[in-house]
Amino acid sequence: MNLSYLVDPANWALTTDGSIPQLILSHLYYVALALLIGTAVALPIGLWIGHTGRGSFLAINAGNAGRSLPTLGLLMLMVTLLGLGLTPVLIALTVLVIPPVLTSAYAGVRSLDQRVVDAAKGVGMRPWQVLTKVELPMALPVLMSGFRSAALQVVATATVAAAVGLNGLGRLLIDGLAVNDYSRVLAGAIVVAVLAVVLDLVLALAQRWVVSPGLSKR
Amino acid sequence: MITYLSNNWETVLDALKQHVALALIPVLIGFVVALPIGYLGVRYPWLYHPLVNTCGVLYSIPSLALFVFLPVILGTKILSPLNIVVALTIYTVALLARTVADGLKSVDPLVVQSATAMGYRRLRRLADVELPVALPVILAGLRVATVANISLVSVGALIGVGGLGQLFTRGFQLFYVEPILVGIILSVLLAGAADLTIVLIQRLLTPWTRFQAGAA
Repeated sequence: MNLSYLVDPANWALTTDGSIPQLILSHLYYVALALLIGTAVALPIGLWIGHTGRGSFLAINAGNAGRSLPTLGLLMLMVTLLGLGLTPVLIALTVLVIPPVLTSAYAGVRSLDQRVVDAAKGVGMRPWQVLTKVELPMALPVLMSGFRSAALQVVATATVAAAVGLNGLGRLLIDGLAVNDYSRVLAGAIVVAVLAVVLDLVLALAQRWVVSPGLSKR
Repeated sequence: MITYLSNNWETVLDALKQHVALALIPVLIGFVVALPIGYLGVRYPWLYHPLVNTCGVLYSIPSLALFVFLPVILGTKILSPLNIVVALTIYTVALLARTVADGLKSVDPLVVQSATAMGYRRLRRLADVELPVALPVILAGLRVATVANISLVSVGALIGVGGLGQLFTRGFQLFYVEPILVGIILSVLLAGAADLTIVLIQRLLTPWTRFQAGAA
């Protein structure tokens, strides 16, 4: 176990190109964009399918279909078709985000006690209000667990961006491997794993904050 | 794509064979290893949360990092397929140990008590009652692990051993779409076939779940 790359202060200088903090930032940038786009696409579809019950087949199978797509292949296909750049990486990572968010949004809404939904209609809520004031808040715990697993997966997978010339923490792995510098590879592996755990903790806190106290029984 | 396939079917077939081996051997080993670990998480409740957290951390290690790092720990050659097998086994165990624990936990305590009352000892009860009842949950986890493994193998291509992933890197280096498409399609088909096989096994092993679904 050679930690020399990880503990060398020179690799933590904020201003040096390719230093660990800079790679963390670019890594988080890809992750955030992919999560944002993926959620913007998948959340409305998942909620709509859960709300109307139409297209459940799609929602149930999206999860497994998405998992079976090899991200590396998709990424290299996109690069071959679109050329190098951020777009192919974002497409590949977004495809990773969509299935868990879509499936969990659907499952969260579907698993609600139908009497609650009936009661909401009974007190005169319009369909839109039922969705935004009842179904969405009550689906949040399930939805957030889907979002967290999507985030974990994207943080780990964003390392492949380095394989097609972009930055992110994958640089440490790919470059370290290219020059047989295992302490750099180890540094990359550790930083990504820590980043994933920290991000999950942050999202767990966010979940406590956004989920209604009445649901989490606190 | 047809021309590519007819000209390169030997390469593609070799890659496919390697892919199947690299993905499925870890599933088998991982399943066998995860069973006792998951059981311990239920037998000793204080172990459950550490177990779940450890599995979560293990699963968050990026596959690429694990692939390149294992040779350092294991002393294997960087190009050895063993690295991929060990890495994917770790992921499988991380996923399944938790599922096994959750599956065993989901067994109705009344069922366990009845089995005990009928004179089942702990291990017999585990094998004859608790495991079969937990099987739907466990096999659901096995499906996820198998499909995830099949898609993860290809990342190994970045370090030179990756089954169908080698078609991706080759196509990428030559800027040639056909091998990449062939690789993606075969990988997805393989995952679908493996998934379906487990579903069929589950139908055979747990006939009562269908019966209940019909009755309810």
